[in-house]
Amino acid sequence: MIRAVLEPGGSAATALYIVSFSLFIIGIKQGTHPTTAKRGNMVAAVGMAIAVLTTLLLDGIGNWGLIFGALIVGSAVGVVASIRVQMTEMPQMVALYNGVGGGAVALIAWSEIRHGISLGHGLDLEAMIPTLFAGVVGSVSFWGSNIAFAKLQDLIPTKPLAVPGQQVINAVLLIGILAACTVTAIDHSHPSEGLFIAILLAAALLGNLVVLPIGGADMPVVISLLNAFTGLSAAAAGFALDNVALIVAGTLVGSSGTILTMEMATAMNRSVANILFAGFGGAPAGGGGGAIGEKPHVSIGAQDAAIKLAYADTVVIVPGYGLAVAQAQHAIKEVADELEKRGVTVNYAIHPVAGRMPGHMNVLLAEADVPYEQLKEMEEINPEMPRTSVAVVVGANDVTNPAAKNDPDSPIAGMPIIEVNEATEVIVIKRSLSPGFAGIDNDLFYEANTSMLFDDAKKAAADIAAEIQNL
Amino acid sequence: MDLMTKVTIFVLAVFVGFEVISKVPTTLHTPLMSQTNAIHGIVMLGGLIVAGYADDGLEYAIGAIAIAFGAINIVGGFMVTDRMLGMFTRKKPAASSASAGAKGSDMDSPQLPRPGAAGSEKDGEK
Repeated sequence: MIRAVLEPGGSAATALYIVSFSLFIIGIKQGTHPTTAKRGNMVAAVGMAIAVLTTLLLDGIGNWGLIFGALIVGSAVGVVASIRVQMTEMPQMVALYNGVGGGAVALIAWSEIRHGISLGHGLDLEAMIPTLFAGVVGSVSFWGSNIAFAKLQDLIPTKPLAVPGQQVINAVLLIGILAACTVTAIDHSHPSEGLFIAILLAAALLGNLVVLPIGGADMPVVISLLNAFTGLSAAAAGFALDNVALIVAGTLVGSSGTILTMEMATAMNRSVANILFAGFGGAPAGGGGGAIGEKPHVSIGAQDAAIKLAYADTVVIVPGYGLAVAQAQHAIKEVADELEKRGVTVNYAIHPVAGRMPGHMNVLLAEADVPYEQLKEMEEINPEMPRTSVAVVVGANDVTNPAAKNDPDSPIAGMPIIEVNEATEVIVIKRSLSPGFAGIDNDLFYEANTSMLFDDAKKAAADIAAEIQNL
Repeated sequence: MDLMTKVTIFVLAVFVGFEVISKVPTTLHTPLMSQTNAIHGIVMLGGLIVAGYADDGLEYAIGAIAIAFGAINIVGGFMVTDRMLGMFTRKKPAASSASAGAKGSDMDSPQLPRPGAAGSEKDGEK
């Protein structure tokens, strides 16, 4: 078989890797601007193709049947999964892709250790430390991402699952992992494979235990954080394997992912440490629970809602997580179409963390063909609220809670909200009065100008659209 | 590679990552996260390298799974990102999105509803 062979670490291979990671940097940069984002993704994908082809040409790469078999299977799974996934399921898809990346890192670390043992000289300390790091973080990321996926997919309860003494167990696990890593590093020329597998398993358990107690609302931040971790573990694998493309690409993802994580947490008025260690999103709401259903509120049906909307001048729709769950984006678009036919101005107010990830709601509404110009960001729409006839809150809760502004003692005090209570009238489409992720009662529901429409968001929207047609 | 060379590359890459990401509109957070997620699929290169020297059954299996995982991460990641971004670009030719729609992304089966025809649209989605 004739093929070009590149020397690992040689000038030709390194030059191609430099081209590859330059394309990653350009791709990420372009990904931050709306007009270039799609091209940026392509650019990064080309960079990836170059990196993969370069590696396939390296001297010492073999076992072609195995490699191509695995490549074809993995690619096929990736293609099918990404075509079939619904836009509403995007966050868990990202979690899953992130998980397999972490899993790959952990497996590569294991293979490295095993190979070192079979050669009889173990690994250099320089390679052993990053290999251990890659194994631990990759394993945590794999299992943590799987739990995040399972929570978002409703395979396991999204409520925080707290094990008594959780923090202590986690601390013990972490200390145990560090101790075992230290032993392995000291004895790096004769590492024990059994001990390394034990480290991977302990890290797997830790990944489960860290993510299980976190509520569904905080999952996007967790996924973003795990994404950054996987990037760092890939960089560590690059240290161990002497591969510059892995080091640069992994580190880029690690640092850019950290920034993204912090931006998300800031938008939710949460700190990353708080999310990881406090178990907020669903914690018992001190006192709030007892009052639910007892305070006076106005409940209306689809017909009343249709009348209020049809005779309004301006309507602002505030979509939230409930809309995503009910897949109500098409039905809501239909209501908007009916209203626009009647000359009503319709806009959508997008809270920075509406949906399950920042930007998630925009993707959902774009899928339903909502014109981009109608999607207004929070800062843009809030000044318009006092001039809005009807604000329709669809499956959103905490992001509209006036307590964030008015009650300094509220757990969400200071969180930026969409000020729907400033509108002349508010219609809230929601299944019940139950609290949102923050676990606190929403004062909005009990205000005089608020009407509650208790129903599934998709059904309610379809009913309202039908009623408007009948008017 | 010398250890300190690798550390130098690492530290510089950390700063590049910080710089390149600042000031992202929230709309693009999810696609961007998805794109960086695809980029860490680069770890598949590690799988290729370790599979290259695998010489017993378990190492074959480990290497194969690592490559398959990496390939899922890369291919799925870039394609899903493209699909998400396709949702936005498709909107530009405003009302008459019909013909131009499919061009942007091949795997995106665009639903092009007549206004008010939500019923048929939902069937297509299943």
